[in-house]
Order: sequence, then C-alpha cells, then structure tokens
Amino acid sequence: MVLEVKGLRFAYRGELKFVLDGIEMKLNDGEILVLLGPNGCGKTTLLKCINRLLKPIEGAVLVEDRNLIEMNERDIAKTIAYVPQHQKLPFPYKVLEFVLLGRAPHIGLFSAPRARDYEIAIEALKLLGIENLADRFYTELSGGERQLVLIARALASEAKILLLDEPTAHLDFKNTHRVLGTLRKIIKERGLSAIITLHDPNLAQRYGDKVAVVQNGRIFKYGLPKEIIDSELIKIVYGIEAFVLNFDNLRVVVPK
Amino acid sequence: MIESQMSSLSSYKIFKGFLAFLILFLPVPLVLVSVGVGYLKIPPGEVLKVVQSKLTGEVSEDLKTYEAVIFNIRLPRILLAFLVGATLAVSGAVMQSMFRNPLVEPYILGISSGAAFGASLALGLGITFLTGVQTLAFVFGISSIFLAYVMAKTRGEVPVVNLVLAGIIVTALFSALTSLIKFFVDPHNLAAIVYWIMGSFSHAKWDQLLAVTPMILFPLLLIFAMGWRLNVLSLGEEEAKALGVKVNRDQLVFLSLATFSTSSAVSVSGIIGWVGLLVPHIVRLAFSSDNRVMMPLCASLGGSFMVLADNIARTAFSFELPISVLTTILGAPVFMFLVRRRARRVWS
Ligand SMILES: Nc1ncnc2c1ncn2[C@@H]1O[C@H](COP(=O)(O)OP(=O)(O)O)[C@@H](O)[C@H]1O
Ligand SMILES: [Mg+2]
Repeated sequence: MVLEVKGLRFAYRGELKFVLDGIEMKLNDGEILVLLGPNGCGKTTLLKCINRLLKPIEGAVLVEDRNLIEMNERDIAKTIAYVPQHQKLPFPYKVLEFVLLGRAPHIGLFSAPRARDYEIAIEALKLLGIENLADRFYTELSGGERQLVLIARALASEAKILLLDEPTAHLDFKNTHRVLGTLRKIIKERGLSAIITLHDPNLAQRYGDKVAVVQNGRIFKYGLPKEIIDSELIKIVYGIEAFVLNFDNLRVVVPK
Repeated sequence: MIESQMSSLSSYKIFKGFLAFLILFLPVPLVLVSVGVGYLKIPPGEVLKVVQSKLTGEVSEDLKTYEAVIFNIRLPRILLAFLVGATLAVSGAVMQSMFRNPLVEPYILGISSGAAFGASLALGLGITFLTGVQTLAFVFGISSIFLAYVMAKTRGEVPVVNLVLAGIIVTALFSALTSLIKFFVDPHNLAAIVYWIMGSFSHAKWDQLLAVTPMILFPLLLIFAMGWRLNVLSLGEEEAKALGVKVNRDQLVFLSLATFSTSSAVSVSGIIGWVGLLVPHIVRLAFSSDNRVMMPLCASLGGSFMVLADNIARTAFSFELPISVLTTILGAPVFMFLVRRRARRVWS
C-alpha cells in the first residue's frame, strides 16, 4: 500500500457543510484507482486534501506510512504529482519550458534547471510520445496535446504517486482513449500509482484497477470495477436507469 | 522538407540570439551618444576622445568644457534614467508573472502613487535626506500593493478586472492624500513636491545616483537570480504549491524586492508610468516568456527606453518636458492594444 486516507474531514472556510466527512481510502502499489461520483460530490476537494493543497480539518493521509502532516511542501511534491483539471496559462511558454517546471520540487529558490533536469523533461515527453511538441507553444496546442503535456510535467517531477483531476474532461473520443491508454501503460511500466477522477463509468472500468465512489462526503463503494459497477450503483449515484451489458470480457454501461 | 524547416528554425534561433545580444549591449552606444545630446552638442568622436583621455588620466585644455558637461551634468542624469527605466521594466515583469496577468505594472497597481505619497509626506515634513524619503516611499508603496491585492482577492483568486480596478482606487486614494499634503505644507516644500511628482531626472547628481544605485541594483540582481522560480509562480498559487513551492513566502519575497526597487526609483524620479507594461510586452513578444531570459532583456531595454525618452524630454523643446508625459503617450496605446486583444478572453 502506498497511500492511505484515514477519517478525512474537510469543509471550505466559512461553509458549514462538510464536503468530505470521514473518507477512508487506500491506494495499492502500482494500482490505478478511479474516483467516480456526480459533479460537486467532492472529488477535486479530496485530491487537493491528499496532497495538502487544502488542509483537512480531521484525519490523516499516510504515504508509505509517513504522515503527510509531518512532511514539508517539497517532500510532498517529490512524492505526489498533481495534474489539475485545466491550466489557463497567461504567458506563452514553450512545451519544454513548461514540462521543466515539473522539476520545481528538486530546484531551489536561487537555482535553475541543469542539464540533468532537461534530460528528465525530454524523457517524460518521449514517454508520452510527444517529443515533437517540445518547441511548440503550450498555448497553441489542442486539448488532447495539452493534457499529455500536463501529464509529462507530472512525470518530470519523478513522483511515485500521480493525482489526475478529470484528465479527459475536454477531450474527444479518440483523445480520451489516447490519454488514458498512454497513462495506464506508463503507470504500469514505471511502477507508479495513480488516483484519477473520471465521469464515465465505462472509462472507469476500462482503465481503473479499482473504483471508489464518492457520495455524501464518504467512500460509498470501493472495489474491483466489475464487482461494484452495476445498474443499482448507477441508479443511486447518478439517478438514472441503466443496463450493464456483457460482451466477452467487456462490460458496457448504457442508459435505458 | 523537414530538414529545411529545421535549418530555418535554427537560423531563426540564431537571429533571435543575435538580436538579444544586441539589446543587451545597446546601452553602451546609447549612453555614448546620449551624453553628446543637448544644448551643447558633442559629436560622438569628441565624446570618445574625452572618455579616452579621462581613462588615460590627463584631459587636455580644449576638452575641459566637454568633460565638465559630460561627466558633471549629463552622465549622472543618463545613468539614473537608465537605472529607473530598468527597475520599472523588471518590476513590471515580476508583477505580471506573480499576478499571472500581462496588464499589471507598478503604476497600474498603485505602487507608484503610494510611493509618491510616502515621498511627498517626507518632503512635506521637511525630511530631505534620501534614505528618509526612500523609506517612506517604500512603506507606502508596499502598503498600496497590499491594499490593492486584498481588495481584489475573492475566493482565493485575484481576477484581472478586480486587480486593475483596485489599482485605480488605490491610485485615486493616494493621489488625494498627496493633494492633501500639498494643501497643508508651506510653500517652500510645496514647490519641491510639485516639481518632483511630475517626474524628472533634471536634478540628478552623482551623490544621488550613488545613494540610489545599490537600492535598485541589489533587488534587481536578486530577482535575476530567482528568475526561474518566477516561472513556477506564474502557474498560479495552487499549481506552484503542488510543485512544492512555498508560494506565500516567495510571493512576499518577489513583491518586496520589486516594490523596494520601484519605490527607490520613484523617490528619485517621481511617478513614471507605463514603462513596466510596454517593455516586458515587447520582450515577451520578441523573445520568450521565460523569466530567466526576460529579466536581463527587460532591464536593458527598459533602461535604454528611459534614456531615449529622457533625451527627447530634455532636447525636444526649449523647456523640459515631464518625462511621464512621454512614457504615457507611448505606453497607453500598448495597454489599449493589449486590452483589446484580450478583451474577449480575459475580461468576460
Ligand atoms: N473554493 C470553494 N469554496 C467553497 N466551496 C467550494 C469550493 N470549491 C468547491 N466547493 C464546493 O465543494 C463541493 C465539492 O466540490 P468539488 O470537490 O469541486 O466536486 P467535484 O470535483 O466532485 O465536482 C461542491 O459543493 C462545491 O460547490
Ligand atoms: Mg472536480
């Protein structure tokens, strides 16, 4: 087990309602955990609490048995890389410059990236098959390319745990599968672990090893996709009737 | 096909590198020409002769007048203008990265008017020694940006419109307070304040230059050394934090340095706006958004721009133009262009 969340509670400042109200969750070594749940159920909040962008009111996050509370920002960033939902970049950085920023946890206030950091950044681009984009401007890329670049930046930090917030939210059919497929391959090859939030149960069962469903501030269901994704769950979580069809080894969720 | 693209790409890069090199060394010929410009015109050849004989020791009789004009009157003024221009441009670039917004600079955020109020207060109280004026300029410069920032911040974000509006409010507030001081001080101090606020380098002297140089140069060098961190910060508070950066501490460091050097500049030159907008924009467009590249180029170009503007200010008419008039005439259209281009994307 690389990461464990225990009794996590969180409320935004000035709000009475606990967005997260006793989250219990674990992420196993080399595993992809998909977070499912309707809009506004607290998936983003949970990811941010995990890497301490937000400070939980109660509870603990353990990374390889170290409590995150006892780690400083840099150590957390070296361990956990965060891929935000979108990046609105005000200035036109080149893709390579942008990916290099992923080296920040390793570079001090008065330093700048060295040759080794450039190598790592280029390596990350190669892993994702986008080294040809290195000299392009990030601001001029398509949505799918941007998402891959964001992932490359996360890889450049050499963190063992990746948190990805709706990495396919703005992508078309092909790019959705390209991004998730590439991501899964790299995570498996490199022995990384990841928590990914997604909206589509079909993507969840295709690319996730485990699925956790967030509802009312808790993990409502957790387990293997084929064990927990069924019409009953879809009904409870999304409030719609759905078939779960089986073809060979493929399960497909289709609304009635 | 690809090969030809590659070679054109690299020759383009070489061209850019060459251009950057030119800009970095632009100040040298510019200063040499500028010291010859003015009521008494000194041709560049004569300037070189004076410089050469000054370096070797003995200045001949026939060059004595030139030497006096160049070294006692013009050079301190030109160097001061350069320093002020450099610091305004660099501070502008720093603030743009920090606030993730190419529309901000010390003048727009109200720092200049805050610093000007501080300096006026000092002059009004009869404090004339430079450190006193500078200290008060810094205190109110930093208060004004703090005020603008707090006013603009909602739900953990600092939207563009809020920030610019907050800057306008802060500027108005401190201008009013400055007027209040003008109203109450005795006429002798009033003249000093009025003259100084308009912005001018005409009183530049060596002692003033020497006093202010470390105050400007030291923060600038620190900012240069931390250029890459500024790139990280420009990703925004949340992402920079996720990358292990102590965002609040670093923001405070950069803002203090930029405000300190700006306030020092303001306390010797008065309010000069728009340079911090114009110069970084050009550099970003022509070269790179990478702050490691940007900062030295901004300093060089900002300084050169100010020297040029001051040359015009002191020679175009029989009287001296306030330099802020010139920088505004050049800077405002760029601001307009930026706003229009971004209108749909950022302001809606
Ligand atoms: N900065 C904030 N301040 C107050 N409430 C917030 C903030 N961000 C999100 N929320 C609220 O917290 C809840 C969970 O949001 P979020 O974690 O973004 O959900 P999800 O990512 O699952 O869509 C929502 O009800 C949302 O309105
Ligand atoms: Mg979300």
